[in-house]
Amino acid sequence: MALSREQLAQRVAQELQDGYYVNLGIGIPTLVANYVPEGMEVMLQSENGLLGMGQFPKEDEIDADLINAGKQTVTMATGASIFDSAESFAMIRGGHVDLTVLGAFEVDVNGNIASYMIPGKLIKGMGGAMDLVAGADNIIVTMTHASKHGESKLLNNCSLPLTGKGCIKRVLTDLAFIEIKEGKFHLLERAPGVSIEEIIKLTEGELIVPDNVPEMQF
Amino acid sequence: MAGFDKVVSSYEEAMAGLEDNMTVISGGFGLCGIPENLIAEIKRKGTKGITIVSNNCGVDDFGLGVLLPNRQISKIVASYVGENAEFERQMMSGELEVVLTPQGTLAEKMRAGGAGIPAFFTATGYGTPVAEGKEEREFDGRHYILEEAIKGDFSIVKAWKADRYGNLIFRKTARNFNPLAATAGKITVVEVEEIVEPGELDPDQIHTPGIYVDRLIQGTFEKRIEQRTVRQK
Repeated sequence: MALSREQLAQRVAQELQDGYYVNLGIGIPTLVANYVPEGMEVMLQSENGLLGMGQFPKEDEIDADLINAGKQTVTMATGASIFDSAESFAMIRGGHVDLTVLGAFEVDVNGNIASYMIPGKLIKGMGGAMDLVAGADNIIVTMTHASKHGESKLLNNCSLPLTGKGCIKRVLTDLAFIEIKEGKFHLLERAPGVSIEEIIKLTEGELIVPDNVPEMQF
Repeated sequence: MAGFDKVVSSYEEAMAGLEDNMTVISGGFGLCGIPENLIAEIKRKGTKGITIVSNNCGVDDFGLGVLLPNRQISKIVASYVGENAEFERQMMSGELEVVLTPQGTLAEKMRAGGAGIPAFFTATGYGTPVAEGKEEREFDGRHYILEEAIKGDFSIVKAWKADRYGNLIFRKTARNFNPLAATAGKITVVEVEEIVEPGELDPDQIHTPGIYVDRLIQGTFEKRIEQRTVRQK
């Protein structure tokens, strides 16, 4: 079975470590915040200028001056700090964020990522994504492995305009957890009940499959 | 106005001197921390051919979006321009020139513009459409592109509190691009929720020193919320 959105978030959450500063992109990455393991402290960075993002506010706590990068009203966690946008991206570009999780349309065997533009269809802009992929060393991309029509999104070469070049090393799809190195995809784990054959069939770029590919544990 | 007193008495006075084809840098992220009354004044003046530098362009009927129906903006430098139907129409038809700029690069362009740094190298955008036509250089085995600073004829800024000398304090994430915009305008105009006398703000708590501020006005704000998200009790 392909992973649900919640399972994708749960699997990413297994990569968190106590004391991590984490930037979560919009969509599935945001859900990761719901699965921080008990007893572990992580601090969420929101690139509009907040380190220590809290939960959504209760109705009577809503503050128009306090939003996240998705423009949603939020609260501040204990120990939060506020700063301007240049400072925020100094943290990101300077490699101070421990883990970045973001979505993508396509990735390829050379670690390229396309996530911000579909020419003629979707031209909304990259927001902070280009800075995040260029600045972070530890990035997990979450995405579906293939389109609804069965076209692979793990490619030899990205077909869409790039968000970043050679910067992605780990990809979690609804079917597999994959590492990118030396110009190839390497299969690390598969979703429970998903066959290696299915993953191979839906991966366009060269995929190295070790003898033993464990199922993800939840 | 006398000495360091930056307070002006009307929005008309605040935006005096803004002419067609000027560049205006605006603070704000989405609709958070936008100088909503200064934008409204630009709409009232009917200034045309403006180049806007701002992270976003508002929504159809609020924020910088209100300058679109009368075609007051000819070019915009922004990182994200969704949530706005008229914007999309003008962009697709070519009436509006859009320069998509990574958010961190945009912030740094403003910072550099205000700090007298003409350009800087960043890894952001290397190997992407953003790098087209830009100088590339390698430092310690990594690739970087040269990005130029931005300066505005005007900067429009929203802060929370100010003293009459234009020392500014921002509130929560309404800070965002505002302190950067404040440094990068030839004329920087700031609107705030409250103006106090010099000496009333703790110098240690000031985010933007008054040296960057030319004009200051107190306004009232709608503070519209773009994505109202709540949790159940």
